[in-house]
Amino acid sequence: MNHDERHDRFMERLERGEKIEATDWMPDEYRRLLLKLIHMHAVSEIMGAFPEKEWVPKAPTLKRKLAIMAKVQDEMGHGQLLLRVAEDLAAPLGKTREDLIDDLIEGRVKFHNVFHMGSPTWADAGVIGWLVDGAAIINQAALLDTSYGPYARVLKRICAEESFHMQHGENIILALAGGTKEQKRMLQEAVNRWWEPLIFFFGPVEVTPAAQRMIDYKIRTKTNEELRQQFFNKYIPRIRSLGLTIPDPDLRCDEKEGKWIFTEPDWKKFGEIVRFNRGPKSQERIGLRRFAHEEQRWVREALVRSREKQPV
Amino acid sequence: MIMETADQAAQNPGCRRALAELLYQLADDELCLGHRDSEWLGLAPDIEGDVAFSSIAQDEVGHAVFYLGLLHELGEESPDRLAFFRKAEERKNAVLLEQPNGDWARTMVRHVLYDAFDDVRTEALVNSSYRPLARGVAKIRREEHYHLLQLKPWFIRLARAGGEARKRVERAVGEVWSEAGGFFSLGDEEEEMIRSGLIACGSEELARRWEMRVKPVFDEAGLTWPGLPPAPGKDGRRGEHTEDLTELIRTMSEVVVTDSAARW
Repeated sequence: MNHDERHDRFMERLERGEKIEATDWMPDEYRRLLLKLIHMHAVSEIMGAFPEKEWVPKAPTLKRKLAIMAKVQDEMGHGQLLLRVAEDLAAPLGKTREDLIDDLIEGRVKFHNVFHMGSPTWADAGVIGWLVDGAAIINQAALLDTSYGPYARVLKRICAEESFHMQHGENIILALAGGTKEQKRMLQEAVNRWWEPLIFFFGPVEVTPAAQRMIDYKIRTKTNEELRQQFFNKYIPRIRSLGLTIPDPDLRCDEKEGKWIFTEPDWKKFGEIVRFNRGPKSQERIGLRRFAHEEQRWVREALVRSREKQPV
Repeated sequence: MIMETADQAAQNPGCRRALAELLYQLADDELCLGHRDSEWLGLAPDIEGDVAFSSIAQDEVGHAVFYLGLLHELGEESPDRLAFFRKAEERKNAVLLEQPNGDWARTMVRHVLYDAFDDVRTEALVNSSYRPLARGVAKIRREEHYHLLQLKPWFIRLARAGGEARKRVERAVGEVWSEAGGFFSLGDEEEEMIRSGLIACGSEELARRWEMRVKPVFDEAGLTWPGLPPAPGKDGRRGEHTEDLTELIRTMSEVVVTDSAARW
């Protein structure tokens, strides 16, 4: 079978709705698009642990302390599951797990814009759980239909856990929203900080050529804008019902078109934050990951050595 | 005398005082260590280790919540008040557990030494005359069993790997040994704890049993046994602590003290 025939067969499988498995033949382009997506997803989970990690030692009750510890652990666990999916895809390209983490430290793989931003108050820990995870669930639930089987299976588990996170976040938010004047102010300020990054999180309105290829390959099935609108539909009423203001005076629902009109975020600013790791917290958090990965290489090397020494 | 409820324990003031003392030691040990463990979140040497160690951190804090709950039943303040608002000199944890983690080797060494101690201590509590404690401890021992199952091989493999890892483990043993003796103290109420049957043995016996657990691990790791640790400079069980604990409490309560009457 020549390459074109193989490619045609592959596309026919996708048309029939079949799932592609790790050991199946796949076009190079498909592999590279998937790897880029899943690699970014994996490192975003790992980097996503840091903004909340800052609040683990300071969580204001024992119940919250336990909940936020469990949540940060889940994020790391998701990173681990996704890295394993990415490892299999990367193996034929000659890349290992260590390389995938090196890429993060060297700035060769991007992670979600939201995790470049600061989380200066306890309310930020709540808003991350509530709105950032809420946005992530919408993104991830839309990927459950993805044509790549191993990714779909991992996403199923991730989505189930993320919905717990959202409840955890919502719980923190409800306490603050029903609390003192100072707590309400802290919460409103956090919402103000996170709104624009959240709009950016879903990506550009227009469908880029790479995004179109992912749709062609049924890696993803919905556009950025469809997902952003879904987020608006779900969260705008909820945010308002808590007496919070959304920091976009032009935000309105166009009844005729059936969609939300919003002020576009500063695409250039956030684009550069993600591309060049130039956000307020980018370097500090990459530094933490570098500490974990490089300063502690001696532990991983020791464990490998001791395994070799053990009689098999 | 078997005590089924907090009310029964409260009938004898001496016994109640000893019971509260014991519970504070248990709660404060677990809370300090769980808090320190959680500082590794996102920073452990590999992602798998990060996830595994986080479960241990959550278990420790969970155990602290249990012991603080028993204290509340005895009429002490709520678990949250006790965890976040007591001053350093009111706390009864061993001083070693309030110290910062240091590197991964030091974290492992301290944890293995503590887990072995907690194993010995909880073993001496499974038949405690205070039944709510005995029952809870039986469950906690099942979880702690998994901690040792996980941490002991990490400790042994680091030590046996030679090179930098071994040097770090040896250095960590040297560093923690001077304070490890603080585990065994039962504070001022030791005699009453034993007389009331709250705990099966005193601090000397705890230390002896601990040595029987830990020495074989050192042998397996190819480490020289330094002998039983000396009595510590500061006895945490008597409220003697370092600046490290003050700092830990300040961090832990940073949010809640901004408005201690608010609901968080």
